Amino acid sequence: MQRRGIAGRKGINYFVTALSIGASILGVVFLAWILYTVIYQGFRSLNFAFFFEPTKPYGIPDGGIANAILGTVMITAGASIIGVPLGLLGGVYLSEFGRSSKIGNAIRFSANVMMGIPSIIVGLFVYTLLVYTTKSFSGFAASVALAIIMFPVVLRTTEDMLCMVPNALRESALAIGIPRWRATICIIFRAAKTGLITGVLLSVARVSGETAPLLFTALTSDAWPIHFFTQPTANLTVTITEYATNSPFEVMHVRAWGAALLITGAVLILNIICRTLFREAKR
Amino acid sequence: MLFRHLTLISAVMIIIIMAGFFVQLLFHSLPAIEKFGISFFFRNEWDPVRLEFGAAGPLYGTLVTTLIAMLIAVPLSFVIALFLVEIAPPHLSRIISQAIDLLAAVPSIIYGMWGLFYFVPFMQNHVQPFLADTLYLKHIPLFSGPQMGFGLLTAGLILALMVLPFITAVMRDVFRMVPSVVKESAYGAGATTWEVTFDVTMRYGMQGLLGAVFLGLGRAIGETMAVLFIIGNSPEISTSLFSSGTTISAILANKFAEAEGIYKNVLFELGLTLLVITLLIQVAAQWWLNKVRKSSGGGL
Repeated sequence: MQRRGIAGRKGINYFVTALSIGASILGVVFLAWILYTVIYQGFRSLNFAFFFEPTKPYGIPDGGIANAILGTVMITAGASIIGVPLGLLGGVYLSEFGRSSKIGNAIRFSANVMMGIPSIIVGLFVYTLLVYTTKSFSGFAASVALAIIMFPVVLRTTEDMLCMVPNALRESALAIGIPRWRATICIIFRAAKTGLITGVLLSVARVSGETAPLLFTALTSDAWPIHFFTQPTANLTVTITEYATNSPFEVMHVRAWGAALLITGAVLILNIICRTLFREAKR
Repeated sequence: MLFRHLTLISAVMIIIIMAGFFVQLLFHSLPAIEKFGISFFFRNEWDPVRLEFGAAGPLYGTLVTTLIAMLIAVPLSFVIALFLVEIAPPHLSRIISQAIDLLAAVPSIIYGMWGLFYFVPFMQNHVQPFLADTLYLKHIPLFSGPQMGFGLLTAGLILALMVLPFITAVMRDVFRMVPSVVKESAYGAGATTWEVTFDVTMRYGMQGLLGAVFLGLGRAIGETMAVLFIIGNSPEISTSLFSSGTTISAILANKFAEAEGIYKNVLFELGLTLLVITLLIQVAAQWWLNKVRKSSGGGL
């Protein structure tokens, strides 16, 4: 270390302290600005029609986004039905059977890498699998895409949560003679319950705000989502994209803000629930 | 045994899906690869009418926006993490920590929409005139040209704001993993907070910090919605940061619906390119973070 006077050293220290306080304030200011905008603009659009009427074709000023809300709920639920069991089972393998095996390490590494693959790539992949082959966009294809995004998240959190269950519990469960699968599901899952729920909810929160994969799979529509498996399906995020960028009408911008408020609110509330749950479980 | 196999099959699906990304994207981009060859990546041409395509424009846009984002987000994240771990009182640190975690959870389309309606006008009316006229930077090509608000600079700034919470969260955890004995002995020797951070914490957690940077890099490079609304979507290369551009993911989202035939294959090849780039970045990030995890025995 080079020699410096005490004044210079203290000066640098004060400068860095000021810088880091300033940067933190800047971060908080931007968070506040974004949230304030979404809440202020979003509340202007909330009324009866907004929640109960479907979207109307381009140019008609009235209408709501009810079909898009329902579509998003259906797509996310479909994704959970596919992605959560897969992720849970895969997580069980990593923590119960393949904890330090070669294949276990390879899977763990792949899951970590896959969590960082851009969601638009997943959209393209599912497009080639389900849309290109059947020649029709569908809500189901969107569910598959979101399930693929959820899969590594659920898998890794499941593994982490199960690893926290003490080994003595596994041994005593097996000692009374129940098979491994029952020990896992009835005893170890129960011990790690809160952690597992947190992981699943966080993954749901993460995919419910996704847009890019839906552009290649669900697209959007003005109809109610009855043809979930065969036709383009309305959803909140693509509707926001359409209304915000492709429309000169102020009413549509307002409705897009309303949809943005719904989706941000849902995601943030899910996140806060998870954090509280997890903190209580740790106690 | 049956249960064990079932779990193994589920887990192996991860590897199958990853391989599937490659196989499917490669298969669908083959016609474009055959037609344009390796020169695809260097040609600056995007003509859907004559069906002549080159990836130089989107690659340039991706590179520039990501570079801006990282240049701003990495130092800021570093000092915010420093504030959270070393400077702030525990009470305040917890609140800001949670705020940053929430900022990381906000969907990217919200950043895009806020950017489109609020940040673009803000850039146009305040930041760009300030940079070009007040600071007198308009004679540098980077800051010349019409000030529309849209463009590479604005997209880079939004990306910086988006990846900031991710990088901060990982850096904060890396800072916390440094054993307090090590830090205390440095303080005991009379070092200031900054000296402890720069000479002790940073050396100790270098690999973790690199992992954090690469994690943010991977996210910035593949981000679609935040960029799509703001970048202006033109596949041309321009020296000015104020001008419109596009990124790989933005051009994919913007043009995919209208593309047919070889045009679609070209877009798939761009997707494949993005996949390979992010894969390499993620592997590097995970490799570094794993090293830290091993040396400190879990956590993170």
